[in-house]
Amino acid sequence: MPFELETAPHPEKLKRVAIEPVSRVEGHGKVTILLDDANKVQQVRLHIVEFRGFEKFIEGRPFWEVPVMVQRLCGICPVSHHLAASKAMDQIVGATLTPTAEKIRRLMHYGQILQSHALHFFHLSSPDLLFGFGADVATRNIVGVAAAQPEIAKMGVLLRKYGQEVIRMTSGKRVHGTGSIPGGVNKSLYPEERAALLKDIYQMVAWSRDAVHLIKGLFEKNLEQYNAFGRFAAHTMNLVRADGAMDLYHGGLRARRADGSTLFDHFDYGRYWDVITEDVKSWSYMKFPFFNAMGNSDEGWYRVGPLTRVTQSDFIPTPLADKERQEFMTFDNGSATGATLGYHWARMIEMLHAAEALKDLLHDDDISGRELMATGQRQERGVGVIEAPRGTLIHHYRADENDQVIRANLIVSTTHNNQAMNEAIRVVAKQYLDGKELTEGLLNHIEVAIRCFDPCLSCATHALGQMPLDVELVAADGTMLDRVLRDMHGVCVRE
Amino acid sequence: MTAPILIFGWGNPSRGDDALGPLLVERIETLALPGVECLTDFQLQVEHALDLLGRERILFVDASIEAEAPYHQRRLSPARDATFSTHAITPESVMQVYVDLHDEEPPPCDLLAIRGERFELGEPISPMASAHLEAALRWAREWMGR
Repeated sequence: MPFELETAPHPEKLKRVAIEPVSRVEGHGKVTILLDDANKVQQVRLHIVEFRGFEKFIEGRPFWEVPVMVQRLCGICPVSHHLAASKAMDQIVGATLTPTAEKIRRLMHYGQILQSHALHFFHLSSPDLLFGFGADVATRNIVGVAAAQPEIAKMGVLLRKYGQEVIRMTSGKRVHGTGSIPGGVNKSLYPEERAALLKDIYQMVAWSRDAVHLIKGLFEKNLEQYNAFGRFAAHTMNLVRADGAMDLYHGGLRARRADGSTLFDHFDYGRYWDVITEDVKSWSYMKFPFFNAMGNSDEGWYRVGPLTRVTQSDFIPTPLADKERQEFMTFDNGSATGATLGYHWARMIEMLHAAEALKDLLHDDDISGRELMATGQRQERGVGVIEAPRGTLIHHYRADENDQVIRANLIVSTTHNNQAMNEAIRVVAKQYLDGKELTEGLLNHIEVAIRCFDPCLSCATHALGQMPLDVELVAADGTMLDRVLRDMHGVCVRE
Repeated sequence: MTAPILIFGWGNPSRGDDALGPLLVERIETLALPGVECLTDFQLQVEHALDLLGRERILFVDASIEAEAPYHQRRLSPARDATFSTHAITPESVMQVYVDLHDEEPPPCDLLAIRGERFELGEPISPMASAHLEAALRWAREWMGR
């Protein structure tokens, strides 16, 4: 059964509005909205235009190189790829990690979560939330936040910087670190590094808690709008620890239907293909994963990421974050747990959890241990899964007897959320665009919905001048009715 | 002690000519010039405003598909611009974040934009971009006075 608004009955008779690329998401994307003569939305699609070629980039390389080279796939979450590939390669070398190796990797991962969530909230989404979805583009950006709310901007910068420092110290380098390797890590934390991180961690916990309260306050102030904005029901999938706790580094797969019933739980991700299949659609480069048990991607699509993890884990194993989770779950009779904008609140709860987890790890002497590597029986195949900032990330490799990778399959968080993002923008298009003139502010509502998922649409190509915003209005007969270009400096030119 | 000159290049080394910024910085780094610090990253970000602190001069280096070949250079000013993709904010925005964080003007900053042509994943740098890199490197050495 096709989704409402996925495919219009007679698209050739409709006007076309293209938003390309989607602004303030990590990469290139395009939204097309087909309108009829009365400006009613008839078809909405999110097109992913550049997300391809990763597997070919990896195949043929020696497996031990992969954890380092996959960082080149993404400029915004290289650590996530680094760790997921490392976990897969642990299996290929047959290793069970030493306590020091696992804790150093967890440090790196929580540093990544902290800096990524801080960047997303303070610099990508807070402009929308603080200034309103239809506010002037000149203020609705991070620099606008800095002007209007200097303390918030400073908090965001320093939280991100702290996370980057954790990554630098655990991976050995500021960019393209080599810390995590098949079977372990190549360094632990030096005493002076540990002391430097300990000095500021309590401030990071406090700021993260403030950020949770900031988004909670915004929900309280805008309850009706936030609850309704782009709201849709979805099945979910996330990793959980053996006791059901949130665990962003390791666990079994948990899938729940939209009605809350369990589809599978604590499933060994080493055989993820037994429960997930990737579908393709002719109009999108990006695949559409679905639960096998539901038969097809129209019925079996699901949602991953912070909102899923916070709502579907039984508890969070750090006290402050768990207290905030409980408040989130019961707020307004649980309404925020199904709100698309609830992603922001959940993301800040996770940032608080990451800060608390970092604090706990920094007090654990294992992070300065000397047992860094383990070995075991060589295997042909390895699957590594982590909960990356944007959601579940799957790396799957096979290596031949010459240690060359002969097959690679990556399912990244944004792919898991492909259908969910499409669903969100369809709802928003119906809510806000029907029968109205298409102003920049209205179009931004679509982008606000996409940003909730923090999608990574393409990775790390960003040469100067390469990302103009191009909005086209095309009549049913193909005539260009209107076109607006927005450059890197936010200047709009109507052609 | 903070080096008075910072050379900051950004780009993805595995995406063809997007590597131009990091490559130029690597070449300068091999010269081991006293008083010059070299940094690279995948992309320019807000926290890089903290790297400007305590410098005398900064040179930002990036690939560009708009610059005239072989390169274009210009003096930068802090700008409250409205770049719509904060995962790749402009150097002017980084300077403005510096102003907002420190309540003072940042050190003088210049941009060296090197013309690139091809940016696909897994591609090497193109021959044309390699030539542009050499020309840009000569200009950068003059800029540093070395």
